[in-house]
Amino acid sequence: MPEKKIFHSCDEAVADIFDGATVMVGGFGSYGGLPSNLIVALAGQGAKNLTVIANMGGVGFELTKRIKPGGYQDLGILFERGRVKKLIASVPALGGMPPTSPFEKLFNDGRVEVEMVPQGTLAERIRCGAGGIGGFYTPVGLGTVVEKGKEKKVINGREYILELPLKADFALIKAHKADTLGNLVYRRTARCFNPVMAMAAKVTIAEVDQLVPVGGLDPEVIVTPHVYVKRIVEVPR
Amino acid sequence: MKSRLDEQTIALRAAREFADGAVVNLGYGLPCLCADFVPEGRKVFFQSENGILGYEGLASDAEKDYEMINAADQPVKPAPGMYFFDSAQAFDMIRGGHIDVVVLGAYQVSEKGDLANWGRPGRPATGMGGGMDLAAGAGRVIVTMLHTTREGGPRIVKDLTFPLTAKRCVSLIVTDLAVIEVTTAGLVLKEMAPGWTFKEIQDLTEARLKPATDLKEIEL
Repeated sequence: MPEKKIFHSCDEAVADIFDGATVMVGGFGSYGGLPSNLIVALAGQGAKNLTVIANMGGVGFELTKRIKPGGYQDLGILFERGRVKKLIASVPALGGMPPTSPFEKLFNDGRVEVEMVPQGTLAERIRCGAGGIGGFYTPVGLGTVVEKGKEKKVINGREYILELPLKADFALIKAHKADTLGNLVYRRTARCFNPVMAMAAKVTIAEVDQLVPVGGLDPEVIVTPHVYVKRIVEVPR
Repeated sequence: MKSRLDEQTIALRAAREFADGAVVNLGYGLPCLCADFVPEGRKVFFQSENGILGYEGLASDAEKDYEMINAADQPVKPAPGMYFFDSAQAFDMIRGGHIDVVVLGAYQVSEKGDLANWGRPGRPATGMGGGMDLAAGAGRVIVTMLHTTREGGPRIVKDLTFPLTAKRCVSLIVTDLAVIEVTTAGLVLKEMAPGWTFKEIQDLTEARLKPATDLKEIEL
């Protein structure tokens, strides 16, 4: 029998995330696809010195009201509570928002490190980590701050820079439905970074809207197969 | 009478560049407005980095679904034939040359078509997002921006002073004053906002402009 994957609370599902862990957080940055309840549980659990890999650094509850009426919790809460040592992201802070996100305040005080990665390079580095690839050459970032310190190579007359894989101890992701084996489907644009991160962590924890029995998902439309998913928590929305 | 185009009109002018059947990605801010100005009779497939191809335009308040958004967090309208995917595939499309046109905002564009659109003084923590990937991979890069800074300084410059997004990537610049084509021979002024002269626009542009042989007023 497969190991027991169903957890009854987000607190229980994130309980063993340890100080200094590397944690991928899925979604794109705003509400759709963000594992909001797992993030709040992690902030409450207390693990610190985390390295967080996410597309965006979040804007914090107050500013989320500008994105979705009523607001929602995002990565901001981890920065507010001082849990993060380093953020790896393509949009650590949103230029279209005031400079008051929890991340940006901490960064401007010199209290958090950041590595900025072009968005597609971020996705591809995670996919390399997921698939056991040692790195890849990309033209993205040539001539910019991104190429600093990286190997360059000319392939078929075009210049590329070498980018290396990213992996994590844990991935917190959000899906629409899971079956009890851990097969996942997503809803609309809430897919974003979730499937690729689900494949790149030792322990992937999925927050889902709905849990269904095995056989309840059409195998033709499952996006993330259960081999990548270790824990599932149902949080109906 | 002399006037500057408003943001909607800049978007309308940029959207005229979309060919029938084109796959188009729209950047954060002003470029997103282009979704509502596709010329009549043309079908455009909008792609977005969070993983959608084929949305129709911005959703009305009644239609808003926060799991149906573009990369700028704006709810968009579903359309028959649309497709959802993940961000890794989104960037395979982008880097792999499957996007015909991208419209991006900019802080500066140089006379060679170098683009600066992410880092600005006083905000060291804002990132490049998907801008570098799009600028490197899209078939054609159109920039929509205001012609001058808030203080009246030039944004179309000889050399960038803001952090680079990608070199020699911009092919057309649409501003509130002008439509400018980036060519191997330099910047060519193609169209001017109503009431403006070549000299007045050149005076607000640091890079040298050449008037197009058919230089004309922007048709609205």
